[in-house]
Amino acid sequence: MATHKIHALYNDDDILLSAVKQIREQHYHIEEVFCPFPVHGLEKAMGLSDTRLAINAFLYGIVGLAVATVMMNYIMIEDWPQNIGGKPSFSYLQNMPAFVPIMFELTVFFAAHLMVITFYLRSRLWPFKKAENPDVRTTDDHFLMELDAHGEDIDSITKFLYDTGAVELVLIDKENH
Amino acid sequence: MYTLTTKLKVFAIVLIVLGAVFTTIGFLAVPADEAAVEQMLADEAAAHGGGHGESHEMSEDHSGDHSNNMHEAEEAHMETGYVTDNDVAHSENAHTTTPHEAEDHTGSHAEHVYHQLVNRPWAAVYVACFFFFMIGLGALAFYAIQKVSQAGWSPVLFRVMEGISSYILPGGILMFILLLVTGLGLNHIFTWMTPGIDDPTSEAYDHIVAGKTGFLNVPFWLIRAGIFLVGWNLYRWNIRRFGLKQDDKPEGNVWYKKAFKHSAMFLVFFIVTESIMAWDWILSFDPHWFSTLFGWYVFASMIVSAVTTIALVTIFLKGKGYLEFVNDSHIHDLAKFMFGFSIFWTYLWFSQFMLIWYSNIPEEVTYFVTRIEDYNLLFFGMVAINFLFPLLILMNSDFKRVNWFVVTAGIFILIGHYLDIYVMVMPGTVGASWFIGFPEIGAFMFFAGIFLWYVFNTMTKAPLLAKGDPYLGESKHFHY
Repeated sequence: MATHKIHALYNDDDILLSAVKQIREQHYHIEEVFCPFPVHGLEKAMGLSDTRLAINAFLYGIVGLAVATVMMNYIMIEDWPQNIGGKPSFSYLQNMPAFVPIMFELTVFFAAHLMVITFYLRSRLWPFKKAENPDVRTTDDHFLMELDAHGEDIDSITKFLYDTGAVELVLIDKENH
Repeated sequence: MYTLTTKLKVFAIVLIVLGAVFTTIGFLAVPADEAAVEQMLADEAAAHGGGHGESHEMSEDHSGDHSNNMHEAEEAHMETGYVTDNDVAHSENAHTTTPHEAEDHTGSHAEHVYHQLVNRPWAAVYVACFFFFMIGLGALAFYAIQKVSQAGWSPVLFRVMEGISSYILPGGILMFILLLVTGLGLNHIFTWMTPGIDDPTSEAYDHIVAGKTGFLNVPFWLIRAGIFLVGWNLYRWNIRRFGLKQDDKPEGNVWYKKAFKHSAMFLVFFIVTESIMAWDWILSFDPHWFSTLFGWYVFASMIVSAVTTIALVTIFLKGKGYLEFVNDSHIHDLAKFMFGFSIFWTYLWFSQFMLIWYSNIPEEVTYFVTRIEDYNLLFFGMVAINFLFPLLILMNSDFKRVNWFVVTAGIFILIGHYLDIYVMVMPGTVGASWFIGFPEIGAFMFFAGIFLWYVFNTMTKAPLLAKGDPYLGESKHFHY
C-alpha cells in the first residue's frame, strides 16, 4: 500500500501559523515544517514539547565546577603544596579565592561547549551531513509543511489545505521518493 | 486608584512605634561610663575562669597597641592575612579603624569598648536609614534607566517605581538630619570627625586622616550630601510631574520627551554623585582604607534591593487586584533583573575581596581582616544569601513566574543586602562589639514603617497605570 505525503507551501509566516492551528484542530498529522527563519510561536502552535537543553547546560556546568575543584585541589593542595608567594596552600578553602576565576571559567566552558555538542547530536548536525531539504525555496522565502496523508481522502485534504492559504500543494508517494 | 487600607496603615504605625521603642531601649542600654564597661569586662573575664581571664586581658592590652599602628611600617598581625577560623586570641587584633583609635594610644581597653558601645545604637540607626534610602534611590535609578532605554515592558510598572522612589524625599531628609547630627558632633560614628585629628600637637592626631581633610571635612561633606539629595529629589519631583502631565495631555509626547531628556541627564548626574555618596556615607567609616570600585559595589547593592522591592510591591498590589495589566511576564522580567543584579553584586564583591586578598597589602587588607575575624559568619553568610540563594532559586525560568518563589527570593535578597550594609558600616563603628539586638531590629522596623507608609501613600495619589505613556500599549501586551 502506497503511503502519501503532502507538501503544502506557504509564503507568509502568519498564514503558516494560522494554517498550523487549523490543521491541528482537524487532527491531521503534521510531520515537519521547514522555515527559512524562526517563526515565533510555531512550536507552541505545533504543540512541540519544551527543550531540555537548559537543564543539560546546568548539569554540565556542575560537572565543570567539579572538574575545576578536584583538579586544583589535587594539584595545588594535595600533590605538591608549595609556598608560592605566601599563598596559604594548607587547605582548598584557604586558597580558594585564587581558584575562583578558574572555577568560574571551567563552569562556563563545560556548560557552553557540552550544551552545543548536545544540541548538534540531538539535532543530528555534523559536517558532510546530507542536507534534508525537500524544496530549495524553504531556505529563502517559502514555508513548507509536510503532512502525513496516509489513509486520508486526498481530495478533501488538498481542498482544506488550499483554503488555509497554501500557495502550492505537492502530493508525494513515499515509495517512489 | 489605589486606596491605602487601614490594615497597612496600622501595620506601618505599629512598626514605627515598636521600632522607636526598641531603638530607644538600644540608646538607654548603652553603659553609663567607662567604669561600667570595665566592670562588665571584668565580669566577662571572670566568667572565663581566673587564670584564663588574666591572659585574655593581657592579649587585649597587646592588641590595643596594635590597633593603632596603621601608620607604622611594621604591621605584624596584618601580614597573616586571611584566617578562616575565628579564634578568640586573634579576634582582638584587628580594630584598625575603630572609633577613637587615636585616643587609644593612652586609653584603656575599657575606654575603647565603651566608645564602641556608645556608637552601636547610632550605627544601627544609620544602617537602617541608609538601607531604606538606598532602596528608594535605586528604584529611581532603575526608573530613569527604563525611561532612557525606552523599555517596552515596564511602563505598566512606572507608578510602582514612582511610589517606591518617592521615599527619597522623607528618607533623604532623615538621612540628612542624621548626617547633620553626626557632623555637629552628637555622636562619634565617623572617626575622621574626631576633634584634633588633623592637629599635630593633639593626642588624637592621625596623619593619614589629616592628609585627607581636604575632602573629609564636615562642612564640605554636608554640602556635598545636600547637593546630592537636592539633585536626586529634584529629578524625582520633575519626573513624577512630567508623567502626570503626559497622562493629561499625551498628544505630541511633549512631556514624554522632556522626561526622556531629564532622565538621561539624571543618569549622568547620578553615576557621579552615587559614587561620591558611597565614599562619603559608607567608605569614610574606614578612613584609612580605600577601594576604587566601592561606589559601584554600593550601587550594585542598591539596584538589586530596589528591583527586589519593585517586584515585591508589584506582586503585593497585583495580589490585591490593582494592577490588572501586569502579567507573569512582567514578574518574570523583574525576577531576571533580581537574578542578574545579584550576580553583578557578587561579581563586584568578589572583585573587591579577591584583589585585596590576593595582593595582601597590609594597609588594604585590614578591612577584610576585621570583617573575617570579627564578623565571620555575617560576612560570608551574607555572600551566601546574596549569591547562592538567588542563583539557585531564580535560575529556572518557570520559577521566575511563580509569585511565592520570587517573594521568597526577594525577602532573602533584602535581608542579605541589609546585612551587606551592616557589614560595611559596623566594623568601622562598633568593631567587635556588634550584636543584632534591640537597636538594630528597632531601627530597621522604624524605617521600614516610614517606608511602607510613605510609599503606599504616594501610590494612592495617582492612578496606577501611566495611561499617557507612548509605550503603554506594548507594555500591556508584553509577553515573554
